[in-house]
Amino acid sequence: MSAPESLPLDLEQLYRDSKVEDVLQGLERELVGLVPVKTRVREIAALLVVDKLRRSVGLDDAGAPSLHMSFTGNPGTGKTTVALRMAEILHALGYSRKGHLIAVTRDDLVGQYIGHTAPKTKEVLKRAMGGVLFIDEAYYLYRPENERDYGQEAIEILLQVMENQREDLVVILAGYKDRMDRFFSSNPGMASRIAHHIDFPDYKDGELLAIARLMLDKMKYRLDPGGETALGEYIALRKTQPHFANARSIRNALDRARLRQAKRLFEQRGAPLTRESLMTITAEDIRASRVFEAAGETR
Amino acid sequence: MRLTQGTFSFLPDLSDAQIRAQIEYCLGRGWAVSVEYTDDPHPRNAYWEMYGMPMFDLKDAAGVMAEVDACRKTFPRHYVKVNAFDATHGWESLRLSFIVNRPPNEPGFALEREEAAGRIQRYSMRAYATARPEGERY
Repeated sequence: MSAPESLPLDLEQLYRDSKVEDVLQGLERELVGLVPVKTRVREIAALLVVDKLRRSVGLDDAGAPSLHMSFTGNPGTGKTTVALRMAEILHALGYSRKGHLIAVTRDDLVGQYIGHTAPKTKEVLKRAMGGVLFIDEAYYLYRPENERDYGQEAIEILLQVMENQREDLVVILAGYKDRMDRFFSSNPGMASRIAHHIDFPDYKDGELLAIARLMLDKMKYRLDPGGETALGEYIALRKTQPHFANARSIRNALDRARLRQAKRLFEQRGAPLTRESLMTITAEDIRASRVFEAAGETR
Repeated sequence: MRLTQGTFSFLPDLSDAQIRAQIEYCLGRGWAVSVEYTDDPHPRNAYWEMYGMPMFDLKDAAGVMAEVDACRKTFPRHYVKVNAFDATHGWESLRLSFIVNRPPNEPGFALEREEAAGRIQRYSMRAYATARPEGERY
């Protein structure tokens, strides 16, 4: 039932009907920076919309597109959040029937003894059917130093399902860039089944500050001007220290600042307390951080 | 004789699309779906063999369908049924159960009469298939 070649097709209509724009807008609004990621997500969404349109006019010989993805980047760069959005986009476009996300790590897939791995992996796969399976730190699945490691078994089952049940399940692998590259080079079967490799860049100072503002806004707090400069300095210092995990470090810093704010308010008992002061995080709350101490010592 | 039992016993066998739709319904209600098989068709045989564990936390019927297909492949000449268990308080029992696979040839049941004390007549049923040992019946 192919339409006449010249009949105009309403791409715009399909796009609006699929509500993908809402999800993409949400991505734009709630995620700071990450320009290359957003561009890639947009590209994938565009491909899926066009593909759907092609199928509606009988041009479906290209087959179901391979949607398995790999997200690489440092900790706290928003891989899980984008994966959640991705699940929504796929659901909106009908490439994922349920649009739920199952996040797992090696422990959920690999068993402890012979014969334990296959049922465990299959159970997780069954739970993820109709949605997205997000495997965090996927490179741990493959341990070349131990030839009797059961990770290989999990990988083989995964590969089989990724190939044969493409319409039931989308797999997203995530992890650090260099280790994922090594993982793919030692598992060519995995690399060839993943169509989209998306790299998540680290956040810049300004972006981290914007993220902090978003987070505080959601928690119904705000920074006073002094607090804002203090947080800016905090971010610059924190970045130079070990175990910096981008947005996650910021979240933790804010949680600790809330703690200190509560303590400060508690110690000022008797002083008049307003809604405003309950909401405000000041420079004092942030500068009490150990990060400043450590920086002072090294100086 | 075509064996009928369970929820859709009065209907012809369900197609795969219908089975999938039923499973979707069960999962939508939050019931745990499991697959069981047997080659002893006696109606009082309540304990069929489990094919794998009951499946909890599933969102989509594809996982169950894969399991049903695997069970059919392993036991093509057995009876296979799908059960849905409702764990909510007050129910805690099967809500739905239906046959999804049956042997190609079902010989049916024999009625056996036993003469008991005082010339009382007792009746029992025996599947013809169970004359042979387990695994060789169909």
